[in-house]
Amino acid sequence: MQRNKFRWVTKCLPVAAVIALCLFLFLPAPAYAMHIAEGILPFYPAAVWYALSVVFVGIGIFMIKRKTQENRGIMPLLGITGAAVFLISCLPIPVPIAGTCSHPCGTPLAAILVGPFISTVLAALALLIQALFLAHGGFTTWGANIFSMGVMGSFVGFGSFVLFRRLHAPLFFAAFAAGLFGDWATYATTAFELASGLSTDSALWTMFATILIAFIPTQVPLGILEGLFTGGVVSLIYQQRPDLLDFKLATTVITKGEITGGNI
Amino acid sequence: MKTTTGTLSVGLLIIVVLLSLTFWTVSMFGRADVNAEGKWPGVDETVIEKYAAVAGREPVEPLINTDQGDLLLFVFAVAGAAGGFIAGYCWRILLREKNGIIGPGS
Repeated sequence: MQRNKFRWVTKCLPVAAVIALCLFLFLPAPAYAMHIAEGILPFYPAAVWYALSVVFVGIGIFMIKRKTQENRGIMPLLGITGAAVFLISCLPIPVPIAGTCSHPCGTPLAAILVGPFISTVLAALALLIQALFLAHGGFTTWGANIFSMGVMGSFVGFGSFVLFRRLHAPLFFAAFAAGLFGDWATYATTAFELASGLSTDSALWTMFATILIAFIPTQVPLGILEGLFTGGVVSLIYQQRPDLLDFKLATTVITKGEITGGNI
Repeated sequence: MKTTTGTLSVGLLIIVVLLSLTFWTVSMFGRADVNAEGKWPGVDETVIEKYAAVAGREPVEPLINTDQGDLLLFVFAVAGAAGGFIAGYCWRILLREKNGIIGPGS
């Protein structure tokens, strides 16, 4: 009995090390808010982004309700995914080649684990807490930030994952692509939100291109980093709990050998 | 055989991560010109607020302004600890389910 107890501890040690490393990396640092700050967007554009986001968040809440009624066992997965999105999206990472800081999104990873609609709800909650208590983002720009990080990050990330899985890409690579494209889509959408809210109609695309180019030195390396992180975490979860991603079996091609770690 | 391959993969992954972290850290020290100003500005300052200011929009104070002295550091510490605890606790439950100690739905 005692021996079994120690075996369990030994098995958990690598996981505990990963969690400890994550906690160390996520240790609080001076906040450099990267979401659109309070008051930046005028009323009407902000309202439009709110309206668009409400649709996705509403569907996400409905799906959470349905899934938790079907199986209460999904609650820990929602908990860990929500906490991950919150921590990742307020983690400033210095990018040496640009000399600036920015943060990953975490929503591509969340979308792979719980689906894009539920991931949008988790992102909305994370953004709300950040806007209210961490001076990170804003309440008036909450809708715009949900749409860029929650909706676009989740759906582009999830879409990339499914696409690459259908193309028989290895699991790590598909998750890497999800993180990479999800991150880039988030900041491309932020650039569009800013351009559409701040420019006159004639200068929309010029301003969009200018802001997008300004994001590139920071977000290109950060997107690659988010891709590596997403790929690593999804591979780890597959090794530990392949059944958690069972719902992907319907849409992606995963062989039995791969689930047991053969192709990761 | 599979276990050996798995261990080798994890080992290689750890080496790659450590090398990347080392390279990242060394690169940051290389950016002495940036550090000389005492900060690494976020893209909110370098991109979002910059273009917003050009268009005549300035950020306003947050509804609850915790960006005062060390208060923000405190709030981040609490949020980080709470988030880390929730993530660790839920991960532990997921592992217990895997080991059959409790099942899904319990």
